[in-house]
Amino acid sequence: MKKVYAKEEYCLGCRLCEVHCIVAHSDYKNDIVKAFKKQEQRPLPRVIVEENRPVSFALQCRHCEDAPCTTACITGAMQKDPVTGVVTCEESRCVGCWTCILACPFGAIARNEQGKKVASKCDLCSELGDIPACVKNCPNAAMVFEER
Amino acid sequence: MINYSTPEFLIERDRNRCIDCKVCVRQCANEAHSFDEEEQKVVSHDEKCVACHRCVVMCPTHALTIKRFPLEFRQNSLWTGRTIKDIYMQAETGGILSTGMGNDKPYPIYWDHMLLNASQVTNPSIDPLREPMELKTFIGRKPDRLEFKDGKLATKLSTQLELDLPVIFSAMSYGSISLNAHKSLAKASQVEGTFWNTGEGGLHRDLYEYGPNTIVQVASGRFGVNPEYLNAGAAIEIKIGQGAKPGIGGHLPGEKVDWEVSKTRMIPEGTDAISPAPHHDIYSIEDLHQLIFSLKEATNYKKPVGVKIAAVHNVAAIASGIARAGADFITLDGFRGGTGSAPLRTRDSVGIPIELALAAVDTRLRNEGIRGSVSIISASSIRNSSDVVKAIALGADAVYIGTAALISLGCHVCQKCNTGKCNWGIATQNPNLTKRLNPEIGAQRAANLLLAWKREIKEMLGGMGINALESLRGNRLMLRGIGLSDRDLKILGINAAGE
Repeated sequence: MKKVYAKEEYCLGCRLCEVHCIVAHSDYKNDIVKAFKKQEQRPLPRVIVEENRPVSFALQCRHCEDAPCTTACITGAMQKDPVTGVVTCEESRCVGCWTCILACPFGAIARNEQGKKVASKCDLCSELGDIPACVKNCPNAAMVFEER
Repeated sequence: MINYSTPEFLIERDRNRCIDCKVCVRQCANEAHSFDEEEQKVVSHDEKCVACHRCVVMCPTHALTIKRFPLEFRQNSLWTGRTIKDIYMQAETGGILSTGMGNDKPYPIYWDHMLLNASQVTNPSIDPLREPMELKTFIGRKPDRLEFKDGKLATKLSTQLELDLPVIFSAMSYGSISLNAHKSLAKASQVEGTFWNTGEGGLHRDLYEYGPNTIVQVASGRFGVNPEYLNAGAAIEIKIGQGAKPGIGGHLPGEKVDWEVSKTRMIPEGTDAISPAPHHDIYSIEDLHQLIFSLKEATNYKKPVGVKIAAVHNVAAIASGIARAGADFITLDGFRGGTGSAPLRTRDSVGIPIELALAAVDTRLRNEGIRGSVSIISASSIRNSSDVVKAIALGADAVYIGTAALISLGCHVCQKCNTGKCNWGIATQNPNLTKRLNPEIGAQRAANLLLAWKREIKEMLGGMGINALESLRGNRLMLRGIGLSDRDLKILGINAAGE
């Protein structure tokens, strides 16, 4: 399956990927200013730039083959799509027990405690049906979305 | 002691648009933006801004604008704000003022005082989209005559550089610019069939694969020069002088000499790389002749060897000497040529315009009957393809572009190359900054520039009814001067518009 791969040698550490990830998962997908200023509960970025200068790279869910988070999930909210391979968290079923976070070998799942507690993670922008927002908006092509 | 200097630029942040995402904070190496933890918002510091526009371009909501700082000095044609500020700076530091990029003073730009011709009625213009158009250029010594035997060429031709367009990336050393900038230019020249020049800092091991598209430089510091280096390139250029700082050497501060630069330059890590003002083994044309032929010996007479000089007052006589010393090409670098660092006063006040120097050299070599023995590469202040066409018509075989090439990579000409804080990852060795220039993107952008110019040059040639660049070379009848004195016209060897 196509996944996002980081090219750490070109990552600026600007964190625009995080900004655009937030926008892509907000109610205002085409308006950055509104996504940040109007939305009451702003989504968490599902991509995180890991930094230890000068090294930096964008990390998001690896959508693992065996996806330990899906077997760890106590409610069945975390699922791997058998066709696309994308691992998503069905937030309505998530109870915020964080078992998936314990199981994730990459630290790619975050706690969203703004409202109902849910696990927040990368969905490869499946809803938008486009290449993921982080890849699309990276100013230095430090991420690629490809089959390997 | 109170600091008298005031900001040069004003950073305007539209609070209605700013989302406090801190992208500007992370991108500014000059620390002109910071995040106020107490207020939980991003704030700017005008005095640190150099107007490189990195933050403006990166800001996802276009919340930033940079303006000239509105603080006015009392109007005075002599004592301008800049003049006064320079004195404040020197009164504070006692130092030589240092700067980057080329001369920015409002001297006449002769390119803008020359107009090109076009065909009308009596001779047909050519459409380059429908008919073949030749930009092929050869750099090197041309034979005085050609001899044929049994219908085949009998004259042995000396070695030539073959260019698909008359534009070469000029010498910018590894050290003054980043390895990623070198990679970008090397790859772009390979893609578009031209050359790039290492400058005097040697050739990084990773770039030996681009040797067939590389001109290697030998300068007064001899940094990175060894037999393998000389043989790796397609041609060798001896650098005597640089347009931005004629008569001055170079100084790469130790902090830019990291492990990779030190290996490439063959000097200890962290030491200053000082290029002497003169070559200590060249005090005459005869000495230059010796160096040219030493380099030819070292490379088995397989590489053209050229000499680069700054355009100075008696440039024509010097060029004649260089041609007679056996150089295959002469590079003339005008007073607007760029630099990674130069003393401000030298940059702004020494040397002469390339247009006049080029015309003077071409005329002199023609009058002496030795123009064919040497190619002329014109360097400095080439901004676009019509400047290229005008330079060719004035007598250049090809042109070098440095600043234009860097602009294609993202440079915003903020003139702070000397600080090592280039926010575009070009004129710096800071690993946090150099990674900002992705050489794959850089190569594509630089190659696109060459491709665009190729297309435009063909259009202009076609308009003149010329289908091969060779027919334009030194063809000053295609130029007319506008707004120039008789003396200027005479030196340029062109008629006035309307004549």
